[in-house]
Amino acid sequence: MSNRVVNILVPVVSIIIGLIVGAIVMVVSGYDPVLGYTALWNGIFGDSYSIGNTIRQITPYILSGLAVAFAFRTGLFNIGVEGQLLMGWLAAAYVGYAFELPRFIHLPLALLAAAAAGAFWAFIVGFLKAKFSVHEVIASIMLNYTALHITNAVIRNLSDGSFKTPTVLESATLRMPWLREITDNSSLHLGIIVALLMVFVMWFILEKTTRGYELKSVGFNKDAAEYAGMNVKKNIILAMTISGVFAGLAGAMEALGTFQNASIKAGFSGIGFDGIAVALLGANTPLGVVFGASLFGSLKYGALNMPNEAGIPEEIVAIIIALIIFFVASGYIIRLGLQKFGKKKEGQ
Amino acid sequence: MSFLEMLYFIVPSAILYATPLIFAGIGGVFSERSGVVNIGLEGIMVIGAFTGIYVNLEYYDVFGKNVIWVGILAALVAGLLFSLLLAVAAVSFRADQTVTGVALNMLGVAVAVFLVKLIYQKGQTDMIKAPIQRFEIPYLSDIPFLGKLLFQDVYSVSILAFAVAILAWFVIYKTPFGLRLRAVGEHPMAADTMGVNVTKMRYIAVMISGALGGVGGAAFAMTVSSDFSGSTIAGQGFMAIAAMIFGKWHPMGTLGAALFFGLAQTLSITGTQIDYIKEIPAVYLQILPYVLTILALAGFIGKATAPKASGQPYIKGKR
Repeated sequence: MSNRVVNILVPVVSIIIGLIVGAIVMVVSGYDPVLGYTALWNGIFGDSYSIGNTIRQITPYILSGLAVAFAFRTGLFNIGVEGQLLMGWLAAAYVGYAFELPRFIHLPLALLAAAAAGAFWAFIVGFLKAKFSVHEVIASIMLNYTALHITNAVIRNLSDGSFKTPTVLESATLRMPWLREITDNSSLHLGIIVALLMVFVMWFILEKTTRGYELKSVGFNKDAAEYAGMNVKKNIILAMTISGVFAGLAGAMEALGTFQNASIKAGFSGIGFDGIAVALLGANTPLGVVFGASLFGSLKYGALNMPNEAGIPEEIVAIIIALIIFFVASGYIIRLGLQKFGKKKEGQ
Repeated sequence: MSFLEMLYFIVPSAILYATPLIFAGIGGVFSERSGVVNIGLEGIMVIGAFTGIYVNLEYYDVFGKNVIWVGILAALVAGLLFSLLLAVAAVSFRADQTVTGVALNMLGVAVAVFLVKLIYQKGQTDMIKAPIQRFEIPYLSDIPFLGKLLFQDVYSVSILAFAVAILAWFVIYKTPFGLRLRAVGEHPMAADTMGVNVTKMRYIAVMISGALGGVGGAAFAMTVSSDFSGSTIAGQGFMAIAAMIFGKWHPMGTLGAALFFGLAQTLSITGTQIDYIKEIPAVYLQILPYVLTILALAGFIGKATAPKASGQPYIKGKR
């Protein structure tokens, strides 16, 4: 079996095993897996309302997936997407309600604010890594919680003790009346266009620019890149910052599209951590991220239909997603299995 | 409130909040010292917390007050079994340890909440009938000042946590097992050449971290929250990792860092009742543990360096 086929087969096999284990869990718990997966399917594709909301759910996943994937390509693990997303969320919501501007300035400005906030939060991580060789995983985990507490405190101050900021103005919202109408009042918004645009941006940076070539080189082999005259430290900071732009925009999708405000949170949104799964499944390529995000976004949204239609707790899907990540991460053993299987076939 | 009263109020509470962090943090020390990064501590603590609360609710009639120890023991076993997933993936399957840890965290919350909904048909359990009670240590509590400060309102699990920390120090630094553990984490190839079974050592270390993480989760659930929901362990596992790093991967350092973070948590929660602290916005105290950890890593508060082979799977024969 060629390497390329194996590379595609590993995530596919992981998804299948994940779904099978999910079915087994349902059977053991006394639920009907056929009923469960039917409810899941209907929750995703059942009607135009579901499809609209599924696409809405996929949108931030694409961006958080891009954020993780971009950093991965440069050899960095951005586990801090969650915190960068929260900063972007707050920045977009604030600019969205605090300024009165014409729409063609206001909306881009709000998006830009989110990108800048996310980029700044990620820049700290890159800076710490480049200047003080602080491992980016630990630094970003710590900054996740710092962001959670800081954004909560700021939201409390902005809203005079309430739990959410005022609603963003018409001129900054990503929602469009016609999108609502064609999807039976779902909360589908224009964000999906922003997300797909960013997919193109990531592809363009990595494949068509000198800077992107340098970033990838640093990811492949830091020492070789340095020897070739590339500034590794500068590239690390830049890679984290760009990754943070994607993460911040993911927050903007929630602020300007889905929720229209920023609210105090007891815990993380989960979008940032799921972004790791998305990137991993998509093999850190822009197009792969779209597939990964589509899968996990659909599963996440469709799961909400499972308690109503099949009486199964929606957490079953979270279990399945976690298992898929687990199997993709353990790709070595699946590869080994596939290769043995392939050899056997050739021998026959 | 006078200064003394303030101390009598804060210190026991700080020790209480530090207790789960000590357990899980020491667990992290074992795992990382053997070269396996355990980001999954959060998920392991969730499993431990759920197990502890479940046992407490279901078996109170059988064991009475002693059910807390049965719960702790069950959480230990559950955490250990759950951590096997990390051990298998990270050690045998050569998976990325951080990614596997993230998967473990997601899986922990998902499985626990799924089971709560399956068993109780709601998202949150009832309050347990037998939470871990504080008690007074006879004689010691009669010591002036210190007695009232440290021995009047103690939890049995806190004493256990201190004992575990001291035992961990002894095991890691004073026994052949500990020497092998550290060797495997610093230079697995050298250790392998000297006849140490790297795979076995790493499995044991991850399992110890799972067991202690489980106990930490149960200790938190049965003292602080008294029930279980998806948000019971919100970040305790990550704070334990922070304590481990701030404590420079040393059991005693981790103990000290956990106590300090316990103090920060206490002040951010009860600070509104205390005169001087009231003036400080809670957010500064909430972010303090995390900011300090970053500063420690950046070298502003003594350089913190991870074990050398931490995070890398060991592949025999590979240079």
